[in-house]
Amino acid sequence: MDSTLVLLGFGPQGWGDEIASGVFITVTLSLATLPLGLAVGFFIALGKLSPEPSMRLAANVYTTLFRGLPELLTLFLVYYGAQIGLQRLVKLFDETANIEINSFIAGMVALGVVFSSYASEVFLSAFRAIPQGQYEGGYAIGLTRWQTMRLVVLPQLIRIALPGLSNLWLILLKDTALVSVIGLSDIIRQTGIAARVTKEAFLFFGIACLLYVILAILSSVAISAIERWSNRAAVVR
Amino acid sequence: MSSDTVSAVDRPPPMARVWTRERVLGHVLMAIWIALGAGIVLFLVQSWKPDLIYRYAPAYLSGLRVTITLVLLSIVLGAVLSVPIALGRMSKNPLFAWPAYAYVYFFRGTPLLAQTFLVYYGLGTFRPELQAVGLWTFFREAWYCAVLAFTLNTAAYQAEILRGAIQSVPRGQWEGAASLGLHKWLTFRKIILPQAFIVALRPYGNEIILMIKGSAIVAIITVYDLMGETRRAFSRTFDFQTYIWAAVIYLALVETLRNAVEWIEKRLTRHLKR
Repeated sequence: MDSTLVLLGFGPQGWGDEIASGVFITVTLSLATLPLGLAVGFFIALGKLSPEPSMRLAANVYTTLFRGLPELLTLFLVYYGAQIGLQRLVKLFDETANIEINSFIAGMVALGVVFSSYASEVFLSAFRAIPQGQYEGGYAIGLTRWQTMRLVVLPQLIRIALPGLSNLWLILLKDTALVSVIGLSDIIRQTGIAARVTKEAFLFFGIACLLYVILAILSSVAISAIERWSNRAAVVR
Repeated sequence: MSSDTVSAVDRPPPMARVWTRERVLGHVLMAIWIALGAGIVLFLVQSWKPDLIYRYAPAYLSGLRVTITLVLLSIVLGAVLSVPIALGRMSKNPLFAWPAYAYVYFFRGTPLLAQTFLVYYGLGTFRPELQAVGLWTFFREAWYCAVLAFTLNTAAYQAEILRGAIQSVPRGQWEGAASLGLHKWLTFRKIILPQAFIVALRPYGNEIILMIKGSAIVAIITVYDLMGETRRAFSRTFDFQTYIWAAVIYLALVETLRNAVEWIEKRLTRHLKR
């Protein structure tokens, strides 16, 4: 038991500080991906609602593509594909240039793309749940299209979409585990190194699982706070 | 006024389709997609090497077989395991309800990758104990560990699907059957389950799709599924088309399945259409 505490401690023999930095990477990566995925997903949803067929088709191609590919494969496609593509592009101008893609950015783009394709579906069904009269009422009192969206539709949209989006957030949190494969030092990679060095694989991967559960519990607490906030103006039935 | 005269009235001319900003943007985006698709096809044509295809096509096929076997096996085993868990989740007795809740929370709250590592590398820590009970031959093989981890994972998700579907059937259905004198098991089999199945179909389809996509991670623990074969081919040839072929196969697999589920759902709910 004592040796376990030493292994998990923050001292020179302990792996506590390494694992803590892994938690930091996992949390920053998910928090950095979230706004990207939400924004892109919102616009994709708007595209799917458009009366213009070409716009709808373009948005649907995006969703079909990135919901159908395994997340790991998307990550590899972004990481290696962007590297090879940029390399060729730069070679056109400079023969000697060498490009290295930052694995954090690659992970952010890959996870953001997957997140946004799912988020667009959540936003789409939320949009459909808002009656047409809400828009008409907004226009009738003289609000512009953008004002109606911001002041009338968006507050209701957030309330309806929140359960779906919080599900996606928890999935995103778990999907960040994949970036350990392209060399980012997240929870899985750090505990994996510790497991290899100390030969205590069960202990360290158990700790990794426990950390993810704790992150999920903390997220649930935060989400229910957001839910209370978004429901503050809801109609009491 | 007869119907003739009504149809003789001139209709207003159809509205001209003007090039709004939205329409232009939609066409531009579509053009980008088409250009990307054409670029990928061009890339594949340019880097077309018959000997590469000849050498790796069988590997990809066997990888696809491994992926499908793994998913089918864990989905079926997980379905069996999910029944007691779902019953536990619905039980009023905290002795059953709490462990079931903890199980579901743990397996849904942690990444599949971490669970797979925990089973494959983690249980290796207990090698002497496992050898003593004769289970080491099972846990030594990456394949068995992958099946075990995936089964445990999907059982948690399937238990929630099952529970949600059963609880979505209104109480009145139970009460109506009871008032007709049907006993509980018959009610469940003949009245509740058929209605629950319609609700559960789409989530089950999604779960299979998620498992197909999730199964790609077994490549990391040296199981040569489709992703594993792809990585092996890439590491030998450094040819990016290996990944593109894998993407095409995965996409075809998932889209086929999604459309099949949609078709089954349409067929099963045709009595509900008005």
